[in-house]
Amino acid sequence: MDDSESVFALRNVTVRRPDPNGGEPRAVLDGVDTDIPGQGTTVLWGTSGAGKTTLLRLLDRLDVPDAGVVRYRGTPLDDLDPLALRREVGMVFQRPTPFAGTVRDNLRVAAPEADDGRLGELLERVSLPADVLGRDADTLSGGELQRMCLARTLVVEPRVVLLDEPTSALDAEPTRTFERTVADLAADGLTVVWVSHDAAQVRRVADRVLEVAGGRVRAREADDLEDEA
Amino acid sequence: MTVNWAGTAFSLILVAVAAGLSLYWGLGLERSIVWAALRAGVQLLLVGGILLLLLRPQTSLWWSWLWVVAMLGYAAVTAKQRAPGVPRIVPLALTAFVLATALSLAVLFGLGVFPLSARTLVPIAGLIVGNAMTATVLAGRRMVEEFTDKRDEIEARLALGQPSQDAARPYVRGVLRSALSPQIETTKATGLVFLPGAMTGLILGGADPVSAVLVQLVVMFLVLAAASTTTTVMAIGLSRRLFTPDHRLVRLARAAS
Repeated sequence: MDDSESVFALRNVTVRRPDPNGGEPRAVLDGVDTDIPGQGTTVLWGTSGAGKTTLLRLLDRLDVPDAGVVRYRGTPLDDLDPLALRREVGMVFQRPTPFAGTVRDNLRVAAPEADDGRLGELLERVSLPADVLGRDADTLSGGELQRMCLARTLVVEPRVVLLDEPTSALDAEPTRTFERTVADLAADGLTVVWVSHDAAQVRRVADRVLEVAGGRVRAREADDLEDEA
Repeated sequence: MTVNWAGTAFSLILVAVAAGLSLYWGLGLERSIVWAALRAGVQLLLVGGILLLLLRPQTSLWWSWLWVVAMLGYAAVTAKQRAPGVPRIVPLALTAFVLATALSLAVLFGLGVFPLSARTLVPIAGLIVGNAMTATVLAGRRMVEEFTDKRDEIEARLALGQPSQDAARPYVRGVLRSALSPQIETTKATGLVFLPGAMTGLILGGADPVSAVLVQLVVMFLVLAAASTTTTVMAIGLSRRLFTPDHRLVRLARAAS
């Protein structure tokens, strides 16, 4: 695949982290070469600590590699305005991250001018009723909060969303709701990069799978994955 | 009214009581208590001796200014020792101290609240720098704690495309509010709950209570201003240092993963 066809291209990317015991820094990602296509849902799969989250954070420039280059639509991230990049590439974190205030306050952080009509439409896209707008965000359930965080990201109409184990703190039912919501968004043309360690979930949501293991990344078939990484 | 050497020695009985209590309860603090009391005694006597030299009419006021500069440097180093988790605290603390000191001294001496002399300059600067140092350590620690605890929230804001200073603002505001509140509460409660140090000292020294109150008021406002200025400089300065120029949150030593 040519660099410009993929939404993200990583070339020889290395990320080192300090050893917690004070030894030599350890390479979490070690010369990674991979491409993430611009359509559908790509899952980054692997065991905990394999470097999936590290890789995902590079894509939003919340971290930068120690060596190598990450390109977004053909342009190295170093040459892009990080704020503009983050408006095109949204991110939902492992634990819900509500800000103080109402759901409306949360949704307006990135779009202060958005009116209730627009915010209501956004909530509908993530399967939340419009009447939660005035509620204190802290009163939502875990599943609702995570979908609110997704809506908060969608408010600036990103082309890509990065999901870092977004359902790991949720029960089965809210997990399925979240998965269906994301599938609808992907069907509407949003590019999704989803970090997961749950093989069953990968089989439900993935259009393609990249396994992160031993500091490297390789393509896998969802049906071949062992039940738990 | 003055206290003589014998009187001071008798007051050591009170230190012995504290040490005795520590011994009785097995706190293991008796050595620290005795050491702290002795150290305070030696340090204060030393300072008293130097003040005696500075107050001689033939001594130039420059020596007092030199002392002020030394205090500023010592305070910055002490702040670093007390808040080791705060990145590059020394230059920031120094900036905060210099600003707070310059502002307060300009008002006090510029408007003639006190006459500028060794007798006023050294103790007032000491008061400002001492309080500024406490405020700096407090603000520095709170900032690092807040930015470690709220790391996920701050990164979520960055991921929405907010510039780092916008993403930091709600948390900096929280730190400022919680760091300044105790100072404001103390100021409010003064006189109702306790008689503050400067006033107590003046009254014990035989001064007229009303003049003691006026001096105390000036001292209190001075402390409030010094704490507010340093806390604000620290919080704003640190909030810039905790991000990279490309709007990433710096990994703090305390932060996990």
